[in-house]
Amino acid sequence: MIEVENLTKHYGPRRAINNLTFQVAQGEVVGFLGPNGAGKSTTMNILSCILPASSGTVRIQGYDTFEHSLEIRKMIGYLPETPPLYPDMSVRDYLMFAARVRGMTGKRTGNAVEKVIGSCSLTDVSHRIIGRLSKGYQQRVGLAQAMVHDPDILILDEPTIGLDPIQIIEIRKLIQELAASHTIILSSHILPEITQICQRVIIINEGEIAAVDSLEGLTASLRKSERLSLTVRNEAKQVEEKLNSLEQVLSVLPGEKNQFLLECELNSNLQDEIARLALENQWGLVELKPLSLTLEDIFLKLTIEEKDVQA
Amino acid sequence: MRSAWIIAKRDLGSFFNSPIFYVVTTVFLIIYSFIFFNILNFFSFQSFQAGQLQAMGINLNLNEMVIEPSLQNMSVILLMIIPIITMRSFADEKKMKTFRLLLSSPVHLREIILGKFLACMIVVAVMILISSYSVGFLFLLGEPEPGPVITGYLGVLLMAGCFVSVGIFASSLTDNQIIAAVLTFGFSLFMWVIGWGAQAAGSITGQVLQYISIVDHLERFLKGLVNTSDLVYYLSFILFNLFLCHRVLDSNRWR
Repeated sequence: MIEVENLTKHYGPRRAINNLTFQVAQGEVVGFLGPNGAGKSTTMNILSCILPASSGTVRIQGYDTFEHSLEIRKMIGYLPETPPLYPDMSVRDYLMFAARVRGMTGKRTGNAVEKVIGSCSLTDVSHRIIGRLSKGYQQRVGLAQAMVHDPDILILDEPTIGLDPIQIIEIRKLIQELAASHTIILSSHILPEITQICQRVIIINEGEIAAVDSLEGLTASLRKSERLSLTVRNEAKQVEEKLNSLEQVLSVLPGEKNQFLLECELNSNLQDEIARLALENQWGLVELKPLSLTLEDIFLKLTIEEKDVQA
Repeated sequence: MRSAWIIAKRDLGSFFNSPIFYVVTTVFLIIYSFIFFNILNFFSFQSFQAGQLQAMGINLNLNEMVIEPSLQNMSVILLMIIPIITMRSFADEKKMKTFRLLLSSPVHLREIILGKFLACMIVVAVMILISSYSVGFLFLLGEPEPGPVITGYLGVLLMAGCFVSVGIFASSLTDNQIIAAVLTFGFSLFMWVIGWGAQAAGSITGQVLQYISIVDHLERFLKGLVNTSDLVYYLSFILFNLFLCHRVLDSNRWR
């Protein structure tokens, strides 16, 4: 179980991520989706205890990344965007080192390395020097080092970047196999990749979460509905009820601080109706704005990038 | 400690797999051997003269006239060669992005630093060990006193430890190996010559400078004297540099 609360990270004056809050359940496969520079890698670095957050907390299985980072690091396998490979070592030696430095001892180490060499299809190259391997094999060795100590949680930062289409398919297949027994967080700026592997998507844009939803939910809401955000001043219990009673409202999601996210039918133009409700019931209307546009923007960006990749 | 050793072993493997170690060791041995045999040659010439002029009663001493200057010269060569050995430690990890593997592993930062330090020290110790054939040679031919030889080597090793700790620290400052090497050499050399300012400075400042100077403490070791203050100096020098290295690497994460 991973709980992230109000996570913020500054690099000097630049704010890389701002107030991220999300949860990942045990055994879930979650995708971070966002354009380059959105803050995906920063978030992953914080999750794997490499960077401390500027503010906010991350709790993994109840441990805080700041106070109990050693405990967390035992449970995590991390593949950074550039795989951390020593080019002068052979694949087997390197994986032995990775297993040992992650705390494995004795006979278990050798067995674990053999197992991971098998599951990442590295048998043919296990004696070769990493520096002389193709990019695809190097990426697989990177994946192997992340899972050699059999961690519960895998954090994979752009695992398929820079690979050719066949290699991408192979790596995706491998991740899908791993998904059965691991909690996986992976990032990508390619939409279909996330579609294939992940159960849930967290869309990050310019350091902020733009949407968290299952993929079906996201695409469905994009096609069939538009979203409104309503913020009221007074703590009114019937708000949710009243909103639900509107015919064109599909769902109401209460957020923080009297904020409500509404899904409405396309072109329903409910703003008038909602404003009237707010006035009549004295909710104290603070803000009412459409949301779908930003999400569409991000999707557009992502789909455009995917086209570039395929071309 | 276990993790430190795992990291040290990996570094050692990488040293012994790369040509750098062999080139550096060869150069070191050639220069050292040349100096050593020159000193030995001079000694045999003097003892030949002394044999002719027995009346003068010169007391020739192998320890004082051969081993001591040889080890002193060795420490100069080490000053120039150790930066090449230590420059990779952190600079390379950072450049190759492999540092993240260590940082995301359940290992304390101090264990990583200790591992790097150990690896470099073992490499230097191996070089010194190979070069000690020269002293073995003297034990075959003559009868040098073993005491000062042992303390002399201890002193050289401690001094090498100081250079290595400077090197590890310098390597943590940058991801460029050349900058790391130049910084190490510069700082080590400065700590060497700082004692030269002692005469120009006043009496108290002079004494301080003399104490800070890295080379002054070696002399007593070479004479067979293990002084607590010298031991404290070397060990605290090493620890201080490793501590600085720890601070730098730790603060890098916050930026």
